[in-house]
Amino acid sequence: MQATATKNKDNLMVLLFAAAVLLMPLWLQPFGAAYPDLMQKFAIFGLFAIGFNILFGQTGYLSFGHAAFIGVGSYATVWVFKLFTMNIFPAMLFGVLVSGVFSLVIGYVCLRRTGIYFSILTLALAQMSYNLAYSVLTPITNGETGLQLSIQDPRSWDAVAVTGEGIPSTNLFGLELSAFDGLAGFYICAVFLILGFYVAMRITRSPFGSMLRGIKTNQQRMMYTGLNTKPYALTAFVISGMYAGLAGSLMAAVDPLAGAERMQWTASGEVVLMTILGGVGTLIGPVLGAAVIKYFENIFSAINTTVLADFYSFLPQGLADVLVSLTSLFVGKGWHLTLGLLFMMVVIFLPGGIMEGIARIRKRFSASN
Amino acid sequence: MSTLLEISGVNKSFGGLQALDDVNLKVNEGTVHAIIGPNGAGKSTLLNAIIGKLVPDTGTVKFDGKDMIGVQPHQINQHGISRVFQTPEIFGELTILENMMIPLLAHRDGAFKPALWSRSDAQGDILERAEHFLSDMNLWGKKEVHAASLSRGDKRRLELAMCLSQDPKLLLLDEPTAGMARADTNNTIDLLKTIAGRGITMAIIEHDMHVVFSLSQRISVLAQGHVICEGLPEEIKTDPRVREAYLGGAEV
Repeated sequence: MQATATKNKDNLMVLLFAAAVLLMPLWLQPFGAAYPDLMQKFAIFGLFAIGFNILFGQTGYLSFGHAAFIGVGSYATVWVFKLFTMNIFPAMLFGVLVSGVFSLVIGYVCLRRTGIYFSILTLALAQMSYNLAYSVLTPITNGETGLQLSIQDPRSWDAVAVTGEGIPSTNLFGLELSAFDGLAGFYICAVFLILGFYVAMRITRSPFGSMLRGIKTNQQRMMYTGLNTKPYALTAFVISGMYAGLAGSLMAAVDPLAGAERMQWTASGEVVLMTILGGVGTLIGPVLGAAVIKYFENIFSAINTTVLADFYSFLPQGLADVLVSLTSLFVGKGWHLTLGLLFMMVVIFLPGGIMEGIARIRKRFSASN
Repeated sequence: MSTLLEISGVNKSFGGLQALDDVNLKVNEGTVHAIIGPNGAGKSTLLNAIIGKLVPDTGTVKFDGKDMIGVQPHQINQHGISRVFQTPEIFGELTILENMMIPLLAHRDGAFKPALWSRSDAQGDILERAEHFLSDMNLWGKKEVHAASLSRGDKRRLELAMCLSQDPKLLLLDEPTAGMARADTNNTIDLLKTIAGRGITMAIIEHDMHVVFSLSQRISVLAQGHVICEGLPEEIKTDPRVREAYLGGAEV
């Protein structure tokens, strides 16, 4: 009975999540974030963070190299676009598979160590991949310029393009991702985000999920309880690598190019921030964290002094000028400062991230009732 | 009575320190075997060698007729050896119920089974057994509590329940009553007696002689990494070598 109750609760959570994601074009309007490009980023980085959280939040392994899998997923997807078809389904499938194999190899090597040594190994291997993509692997990655589509690409599965037409756009069995002002692309990303969320929920509630949390909490006890922790951790690593690969594939699907900068350590660090900001080990937290960071990156960075002057225009001139110059430190190019402050506040006052904040507010409300 | 655990000629040194010096020990099936000795005698090191936490330099450890040297710790557990640690090793951040489910799943599904899609709360057999073992230890009422917030006594009972739930052939106990009040100690003795009554073989390290003599059928005395004598409790009580080891310090 209790099992069905929690099962229903979980299904309700997924439904609410799906509704919130699918209705983003409506409720994000007042925040000025309801344009497809940004909403796609919310979905893609949300997926990345959900997958990262399976390794970091559930299993307790902090990887500083997960952006490498984004890059691998992107490159593999663009190659399918170039050689075979602009249909994103086979292209993304290939992207996810390649990043899965790649994460199996990287994970096998890195999981020989735990704690900080594991983190350093992932960082080193990811930086190595990044540098290889920039230099030696130029035939595959097209180095600094990045891998791009061209009219001369064979695309052997697609109908021969009429001469004079430009590069065809990506599609899902004929539905172009740029259709409906890019909303088609957003909804495809949204469906993947919802599926990814559902899969993560199932993993969290499964016996496998219990094992991952056991590894995070007490690896010694796991061993002396007859459990082989290595394949469990490796499975978690590969799953999170495939989530990252899926995110990379989606990036390529909505914007068919791939560059090495996607693999840089700053991108790997960003997903760590997203997860911590949202709430390590929670299901929804990483998605919220990803959305907050992408919102800051896109909205706060676009605010300039003119916008600020407008905002303060109801105040006397002198005071407005002071406030504009003060606030401008935190917006525009200074948005990182706001993000940094926010991150520090969260880590100091809400170590459980946004989700802990929500839980505290709920507790206060239920206590006062 | 057949031998369940046979340790022969085991040596282990750390740098210049000979922690185990030619240790020979037999634990018979269905008995409670106490290993006593002064501090630093190598008792915990010996348990570590049995569970695969460390590999002896020389010698053999045979369990149930199989050689255990070089076998991975999780495989040793799967062969039927469970250990209760001196400081309870539990999953502090997890609920008591989840603490209980992990060993039960390990016992049912083996060392690795990626059951990603089934739900933990739909494993009827596991939950039934979890309730049985937790009720046994008076912990079922606290099943949703995080293990880290338990009292020391409850932590130990939880760890014991976790070990027992795997139907071990051999249960190793490292000072199960350390830091307990007298009343708690007596409860633990009763509990261990009940467990022994079910026919589970136990090897127990203990400083408290009251516990040792109330429980054990056989005693080995370890001093400076060497078994200086072994016998029935009555024999050990009167053995002059034991008195020397305990009263005369560690010098030989």
